[in-house]
Amino acid sequence: MEAKGTWRLKKGLAEMSKGGVIMDVTTPEQAKIAEAAGACAVMALERVPADIRAAGGVARMADPDVILRIMDAVTIPVMAKVRIGHFVEAQILEALGVDYIDESEVLTPADESHHIDKQQFRVPFVCGARDLGEALRRIGEGAAMIRTKGEAGTGNIVEAVRHMRTVQGEIRWLQNLPPEELMAAAKKLGAPYELGKEVAAAGRLPVVNFAAGGVATPADAALMMQLGADGVFVGSGIFKSSDPAARARAVVAAVAYYRDPQVLAEVSRGLGEAMRGLEFAALTPEERLAGRGW
Amino acid sequence: MKVGVLAVQGAFREHARALEHCGCTVLEVRRARDLEGIEALVLPGGESTTIGKLIFDFGLAKPILKQVEAGLAVFGTCAGAVLLARDIAGTDQPRLGRMDIRVQRNAYGRQLESFETNLDVPLLGAEPFPAVFIRAPLIEAAGPDVEVLARYGEGIVLARQGRLLAATFHPELTPDLRLHRYFLKVAAGLH
Repeated sequence: MEAKGTWRLKKGLAEMSKGGVIMDVTTPEQAKIAEAAGACAVMALERVPADIRAAGGVARMADPDVILRIMDAVTIPVMAKVRIGHFVEAQILEALGVDYIDESEVLTPADESHHIDKQQFRVPFVCGARDLGEALRRIGEGAAMIRTKGEAGTGNIVEAVRHMRTVQGEIRWLQNLPPEELMAAAKKLGAPYELGKEVAAAGRLPVVNFAAGGVATPADAALMMQLGADGVFVGSGIFKSSDPAARARAVVAAVAYYRDPQVLAEVSRGLGEAMRGLEFAALTPEERLAGRGW
Repeated sequence: MKVGVLAVQGAFREHARALEHCGCTVLEVRRARDLEGIEALVLPGGESTTIGKLIFDFGLAKPILKQVEAGLAVFGTCAGAVLLARDIAGTDQPRLGRMDIRVQRNAYGRQLESFETNLDVPLLGAEPFPAVFIRAPLIEAAGPDVEVLARYGEGIVLARQGRLLAATFHPELTPDLRLHRYFLKVAAGLH
């Protein structure tokens, strides 16, 4: 008897990614650079978030051809993004056989009220969250992995820090509540009660929690790890920098040795120019991607 | 017993928890100095390409191999089993390579083919072992010094060569501690 697509298997693949770096790639060549640098998975995209920002218009799931060529190029897991609520894009990615689906605010939302019912899929999902309530709503829908939203494509870590601190702070708050206050707390967070209880007891999310959205340097990656992330997504930060292979290797080392300033100092040397950043305050509300999701 | 868990990437926390439940003192191993004083080492699941690269880049591979020569007991699960293998089909990725086995990575396919099953492991008794296979490798061939401890279908999924133990599945993801206990007996010279 074999069981496939179980919760343990979905969560398990994310567990195996812990302490690792998942890199955005747009071509098989980039995927190979990421793999050789030590990425634990890649995210197959048509455009990295910084270019999605620049291009404007509606951002959709990548062409299956791009995703399949990247799947053929590497042996590590391949993730791909669908629009929030676009369950047919998810059906297509499942049919392609991708290893993980990111229901992502980086693409233009397809539904302004509802996310995908991720329980219906055998392929696992990762979703973005800015706070504990949002994380637990996504887990309630079936997400087997959570990441901070941060502010993708900016090369600015400030929002990822805000989201990670918010999630961790709210977990600590729940942990210290007496049981009779957990229902009102769940209501306040907008979180499913049972998941809230689980977090209060365990002192952590029931799934792996990565940092994402604005990581541009090894120091950014290590900062997120020290703040409690289980691993790091790097979107535009690698392939929008002047020396992607060197930067990719450095970020991988920084995540593995995030508590070792000697290593961080060593790997941060001579990486060339980081991606050009965007000041968060300079973005109009419409340009802020993290607000997408409900 | 003092047991090290290689902690550069992957599911090392789960192994640490299982070993602590078995009564071990667990040390996370990131640098060569962390190997001092450990009596056994666990190589966790994760990405074998990532872990293999990091242990060579950060000077861990050589000291581990030296301790293996001196009799250190090592338990590799999934990616950890790949790291122990002498041959990895179709790739020259970095490895420790001390077990006389040939493995095929992602042998069952991608994540959609990942599966859970109840595995017959005769040495653990009659009760089957809950085995979680995630993008799992398979041991395709084993040399004369390798003892095959469990198969799934035709494929070898658990094997031992002296003080080295390789499982292609994830005993750290279920509460069943029998395989960890078996490894600790191997490390203590009781098996």
